[in-house]
Amino acid sequence: MLAMIIVAPLAGFLLNGLWYFFVQSSRGAKKAGSTSTGLLATAAVFLSFVAALAGHILLLRMPSGARVIEQKLFGWIHAGGFALDFVLRLDPLSSLFCLVITGVGTLIHIYSIGYMSKDSTPGRYFAYLNLFCAAMLLLVLGASMPVMFIGWEGVGLCSYLLIGYWHSDILKAAAGKKAFIVNRIGDLGFVLGMFVIYRHIGSLDFFAISSGVSSAVGAGMPVVAASLLLFAGCVGKSAQIPLYVWLPDAMAGPTPVSALIHAATMVTGGVYLMARVSPMLMLSSGAMLVIAGVGAATALFAGAIAFGQNDIKKILAYSTISQLGYMFLACGVGAAGAGVFHVITHSFFKALLFLGAGSVIHAMGGEQDIRKMGGLRGAMPRTFITFAAAWLAISGIPPLSGFFSKDEILWRAFSSPFGGRIFWAAGMLAAVMTAAYMTRLFSLVFLGGGRASVRVHESPATMTVPLFVLGALSVAGGFIGIPGMSAIGHWLEPVLGQTQASRPGIGHSAEWVLLASSAAVAAAVVWVTLKFYEKPARAAGFRQKGRVVADVLENKFYIDELYGAMLVRPLVAISGWAWKKIDDGMIDSAVLCAGRISIAAGALARKLQTGQLQAYALAMLFGALALIGYLVHGLG
Amino acid sequence: MMNAAAFFLFGGFGLAFSAMAAFGRNMVGCAFSLVMAFFCFAGVYAALGAHLVAVLQIFVYAGAVMVLFVFVIMIIGSRRMTGAGAGQGRFVTGAGVLAAGAALVLLIKVFRGSAVGTGRVSGPFTADAVAAAGGNTRVLSELLFSEYALPFELVTAVLVAAAVCAVTLLIPKRERSGS
Amino acid sequence: MKIDPWMVQALAAGIFMIGFAGVLVRRNVIAMLMCVELMLNAANMSFVAYAWQHADMAGQAVAVFVMAVAAAGAAVGLAIVVSLFRALRSADTGGITLLKE
Repeated sequence: MLAMIIVAPLAGFLLNGLWYFFVQSSRGAKKAGSTSTGLLATAAVFLSFVAALAGHILLLRMPSGARVIEQKLFGWIHAGGFALDFVLRLDPLSSLFCLVITGVGTLIHIYSIGYMSKDSTPGRYFAYLNLFCAAMLLLVLGASMPVMFIGWEGVGLCSYLLIGYWHSDILKAAAGKKAFIVNRIGDLGFVLGMFVIYRHIGSLDFFAISSGVSSAVGAGMPVVAASLLLFAGCVGKSAQIPLYVWLPDAMAGPTPVSALIHAATMVTGGVYLMARVSPMLMLSSGAMLVIAGVGAATALFAGAIAFGQNDIKKILAYSTISQLGYMFLACGVGAAGAGVFHVITHSFFKALLFLGAGSVIHAMGGEQDIRKMGGLRGAMPRTFITFAAAWLAISGIPPLSGFFSKDEILWRAFSSPFGGRIFWAAGMLAAVMTAAYMTRLFSLVFLGGGRASVRVHESPATMTVPLFVLGALSVAGGFIGIPGMSAIGHWLEPVLGQTQASRPGIGHSAEWVLLASSAAVAAAVVWVTLKFYEKPARAAGFRQKGRVVADVLENKFYIDELYGAMLVRPLVAISGWAWKKIDDGMIDSAVLCAGRISIAAGALARKLQTGQLQAYALAMLFGALALIGYLVHGLG
Repeated sequence: MMNAAAFFLFGGFGLAFSAMAAFGRNMVGCAFSLVMAFFCFAGVYAALGAHLVAVLQIFVYAGAVMVLFVFVIMIIGSRRMTGAGAGQGRFVTGAGVLAAGAALVLLIKVFRGSAVGTGRVSGPFTADAVAAAGGNTRVLSELLFSEYALPFELVTAVLVAAAVCAVTLLIPKRERSGS
Repeated sequence: MKIDPWMVQALAAGIFMIGFAGVLVRRNVIAMLMCVELMLNAANMSFVAYAWQHADMAGQAVAVFVMAVAAAGAAVGLAIVVSLFRALRSADTGGITLLKE
């Protein structure tokens, strides 16, 4: 039954893919509209959602400590002393992720039917989208690290395919390449981490790792190194500093892709990994510090850049990076459960934000610059209201979902033995930034006077219905994690083994104080920013005064240029040199030389063919002479 | 009975005449030297007790083959024998002669040193036995028609074929298509 | 003085080498043919010498056959020379290089 969760979207991929390959892509074939292919793909993912839901219900019925459903698909590797089977495992953590992936995935598939209705190759799009879902589900359902890694690589591949979906545009294709290559760098860390774990624990199954790690540490396992290596994989996949550069460029893909992959699912794969190995992480406080530090820094850094952007999708991209930093901050202070909670709520409102942005872009005929938008509230009321729900959620306004998850992270950052006031302060600052730039986005796009030059209309129902569903979830989804009766915390406890202990000296009442203060701060920031942007001229003047800072932010701290000069150009130069000097100069020359030697030898040998009989006779005499001489030596 | 003197005489002259035939300048001179060489070879054969072979040598070689050579030389004409005695060029000439000389030395060394060259295997046809059976001619002829009859007939066929071939080659062009 | 078999063989070898050197060195076709005849005769002599050495008639029989075949060969060779002469108007072999690559 577990296999069904993965097989359904896989089948969808195959059907759509084969249909596309054989029928739609041949010349003269009638181009199918997005409806038939989209419905097939949506049905596949919905089937998967139903199976995931069934699995979840089964788990609910089980006693709390024994919530595991395993399914072995086939025996995979049996080499020497190493045995690994292809096993899928559903436990509280993976079932949450499955529900999110399939649920949000279904909504995004429905949305795509409307969004991609004018695209020329919808079969290919939906095939890739299904393949992505299958790979992501494999990632979260894998019972051991190699199985998870297959999914990990699979989502990287699909990310490349989907970002570069309009591959005839070379910039978009380059964005796809950038995503894949930068991800690869992180994957190296993942693989090395796997090696260290196997060497010291002797197994790559997650349950075995969790139970065996403490004794391995006693036997001298470099657990900090292993944790940091795995975290390196997360830095790539989940776009933290310094490997985040691919995510803003990935906005070149279709907007539903950005919603699914770069908001709700793929980038959260790193958080899933951290949660899965949290028993190991808890034993390495050095690694935890690094993780939390990188997470906090990323949250602040990306938040700052988001202020300077004017492309609606780029703002959301940097916002995603910032929120991911939040999640890693949670993992780094020992609150992986809070991180997972934020994954869930973030998937709701970030997907909604992206889909809403897609709706706006669709209506604006492809325009993405928010300075050219404005006053869309009247023309697109459904998009407006759902976007507003997401905006309030991400800004942390109670009682929406984002408030609860963010607050949980801030509380744990403050109170956990691994945390500290600095982490809390950083998180608070990041929250302020988030509220501010999201409000800026909201007011520039939907409020105020209209600056749009095209006639704007609301999007079709296939696009707005998913918006409403996600809106409802963004509003109400937080209630699974209310402090005090955290259902999600209890649900995840057996898997994560996390402690709810606080540092000494922090009482329980501190939690409520922090809660109230973050709510107040969020509300204040939102109100101030709204007022600020009521007069766009004032905002422009403000930007002019601080234009040095603003330019730096707008150019994303020139990081891409820095990487280009420091890393990319030297590599390209070395490759060019290696090509010219070594490949062409040495290897090709050596091979050609063999040919030239043959030709020269042939020319030399040709001189013997004089055509004169007597020369041949002379040669025969010499030969006979040699033979007789040799024989005489033996005899004489 | 072997006459050593006869052997050395005929052998020496044979060598001399063949050298003249091989390296002579004048074509007719070459041809006649070769005739004389064949006569000397016949003498050697006789000294070795192969009387029939000696006589056949004179009939066939000195008598028929060389006549043919002289005919052809006359037909073609000495005037047109450009470069008749000239060699290939000094280098090739030198190399050729040197190589031949070296091969000769080697061969002699081989013969002298090996049992083949010095031993005498006894067979049924010693000089006395042959003399008792009626002489070399009779014995060899009997052999040719009994034991070697097949090669004899084959050689006959070869001769016929050669005759036909030679005639074919020499028929004038305009007659060839008709025949 | 006694004649050793190797002396006779040496004589045959000497005549052979003279003939061979002549073939290598001469440019005239007819001269080359004459040298070939010399070589054949040398082979004949070698056969007869072995027949004498081993008191076996087979060598002499072979010599007879060789003689016949050599004569046939000479006839055909001369026929070729004549037709060659008809075609080329010259008996110089230096210009015949049809076997050259």
